[in-house]
Amino acid sequence: MLNFILLIIIYIGIYAIAGIGLNLIVGYTGLLSLCQAAFIAIGAYTTAIFMTALHFGFFEAMLLSGLVAAIFGILIGIPTLRLKGDYLAIATLGFGEIVKNIIVNWDSVTKGPMGINGIPGPQAFGITFSAIDKVPWAVLIWAILAFCYYFVRRIVRSRIGRALEAIREDEIAASAMGINTAKYKIGAFTTGAFMAGIAGSLFAAYNQSVAPLTFDFMMSIMILCMAVLGGLGNNFATVVGVIIIVIASEIPRLVGISHIIPPQINQVIFGLILVLMMIYRPQGIIGRVKLNYAKIIKEEILHLEK
Amino acid sequence: MPLLYTQNLRREFGGVVAVSDVSIEIFKNTITGIIGPNGAGKTTLFNTITGLDYPTGGFVFFKGEDIIPLPAYQITRKGIARTFQNIRLFKEMTVFENVMIGRHFRGNHPKFTSNKYLNFIMGRIFVAREERDIYFNSLKWLEFFDLLNVRDEYAKNLPYGKQRELEIARALATEPDMLFLDEPAAGMNPQETEELMGTIKKIRDLGITVVLIEHDMKLVMNICDKIIVLNYGRKIAEETPDDVQNNPEVIEAYLGKSDE
Repeated sequence: MLNFILLIIIYIGIYAIAGIGLNLIVGYTGLLSLCQAAFIAIGAYTTAIFMTALHFGFFEAMLLSGLVAAIFGILIGIPTLRLKGDYLAIATLGFGEIVKNIIVNWDSVTKGPMGINGIPGPQAFGITFSAIDKVPWAVLIWAILAFCYYFVRRIVRSRIGRALEAIREDEIAASAMGINTAKYKIGAFTTGAFMAGIAGSLFAAYNQSVAPLTFDFMMSIMILCMAVLGGLGNNFATVVGVIIIVIASEIPRLVGISHIIPPQINQVIFGLILVLMMIYRPQGIIGRVKLNYAKIIKEEILHLEK
Repeated sequence: MPLLYTQNLRREFGGVVAVSDVSIEIFKNTITGIIGPNGAGKTTLFNTITGLDYPTGGFVFFKGEDIIPLPAYQITRKGIARTFQNIRLFKEMTVFENVMIGRHFRGNHPKFTSNKYLNFIMGRIFVAREERDIYFNSLKWLEFFDLLNVRDEYAKNLPYGKQRELEIARALATEPDMLFLDEPAAGMNPQETEELMGTIKKIRDLGITVVLIEHDMKLVMNICDKIIVLNYGRKIAEETPDDVQNNPEVIEAYLGKSDE
C-alpha cells in the first residue's frame, strides 16, 4: 500500500514538472500547445538511448534530454510567430504525431514499437535508484519539481512574466509597448519543452523502459486538462490539478475495487469532471490570482538591504 | 530640423491607396492634430509610422534616422509610444501591471556584484533592483493620471474614460519622446474632453511631442499648434488651426462642393 502511494507521488511529480512547463506556454503566454507529450517523448527517448547505447550517467542524460527537447521547442516555436489560436493548436498536434510516428518507425535507433528496455537505475549520492525502493525516486523527483516550480515562479514574477502575459492579452499592444514578442514566444516554448524533456527523462529512468505508444495525443490532452482544471496562469493551481487527476485515475486501484469495475470507467469520470468544471468554474479550481505588488516590492527591497 | 518627418509615405492595400505620398513634418514640443473624414487614412498613417504596418513606399525619419526597417518594438524603444483607437489594454491584468508593462524595456540593468555568485544564478539582486525601479516609476504615472486608488482592479473593469487614461499612462511609462494618440476623446463626455485637453497640455509640458487623431473639433482647434488634414489618403493641408478653418479645400472635403 505504501509502495502504491509512493508510486502516485512519483507520477504526480513527473506530470507536475511537465504541467508547469505547459502552463508557462498555455497559461501565461496564451499559446495553445497540444504537443507536450511529444517533448516528453523526446526527453524519454534521449535518456533511454544515451543511457543504454552510449552508457551515459543519468544526470548527464537528463540535462541532455532537456536540451534536446528545448531545441525541438525552438523549432516548433518558430511557426508560432505566424500562427494563432486554433491554427497553432493544429500545428502542434501535427508535430506531436510526427514525433510519435518517427519514434515508432525509426527502428535502428528507437527499436520501434517494442521500445527500449533495461535502462539502468541511476547512481548518485551513494544511493542506487531502483524500481524496488521508491523513496529515493520520490525525493529526487520532488526536488527537481521544487526547483522547476521556483524557477518558473521567478520568471513570472519578473518583467519577463509580465511580458508573457501581455502577449497573451494583446500581442499587437505588447509589441507597441516595446516587447520583442517573437523572442518571448519562442522563449516560452523552449522553457516549457525543456521541462517536458526533464519530465520525460525521469519517466524513462524510473520505469527503466520506454514505449512509443505511451506518448500519444491523449497524454498531451491529459496534461492540458491538468493545467486547465487547476487554473491556467497559476503554477500552484497546476500542481493541484495534477494531484487531482492522477489520484482520480488511480482511485479504483487505491480502494481495491479495480477488479469489479472496468478500467475505462476512469475516462468516464475524468470526462465528467471536466464537463462539470467548464460549466460551473471555467477559470479552474483556483484560477488566476492577482499579485500584490506592494507586498512583493517590500520583500524585494528587504532582500536588497540584506 | 523636425523631430519626425515622412517623405512620400505610401500604403496600398491591393488597388486601394490608403495613404498616398504623404509628407509631413513634426517639430519637437508641439501638439499636432491629424483630421479628415472617415476612411481618410489617418489610422493607417499612424500604423505605418509606428511600425505596426509597413509602407509600400516612402520614408519615415525619426531623430534623423530611417525607422521604416525597424519592427514595432524597436520603434517604441527609440521613443515613439502610441495608443489605439479601439482601446487595447491588457484586460485580464491589473491597472498597475498594465503600466508596469510600459516600463518593460526601461528597467535599469545593474551589473551584478562579484561576491553574490548564487544570487546572480537566480538573478535575485538583478531582478530586485529592476522590479523596484519599475514599481516606483509606474507609481509615478498612476499618480499623474489619478489611478492610484484603482491600481489593483483588472483593466477591463475600469470605466471607459479611465481606460483611455490608463492607455495613455501605459504609453507614457515607456518614456517616449513622441506620443501618438488615436482618437483619445472618442466616447468621452464634454467634461471629460475638457480634462483630457488639460492632460494633453501637461504631457506636452513634460517635453513630449504629441500627435493626435481626433474628430472633436473643439479639442483639435484649442490645443493643436498645427493641423494636418487628410482626404482619400492625400494630405490636403498642413497649417495652423486658424488657417485650416478657412481653407476652401478642407471645407469641401468635410461638407462637399456647392452646386453654384
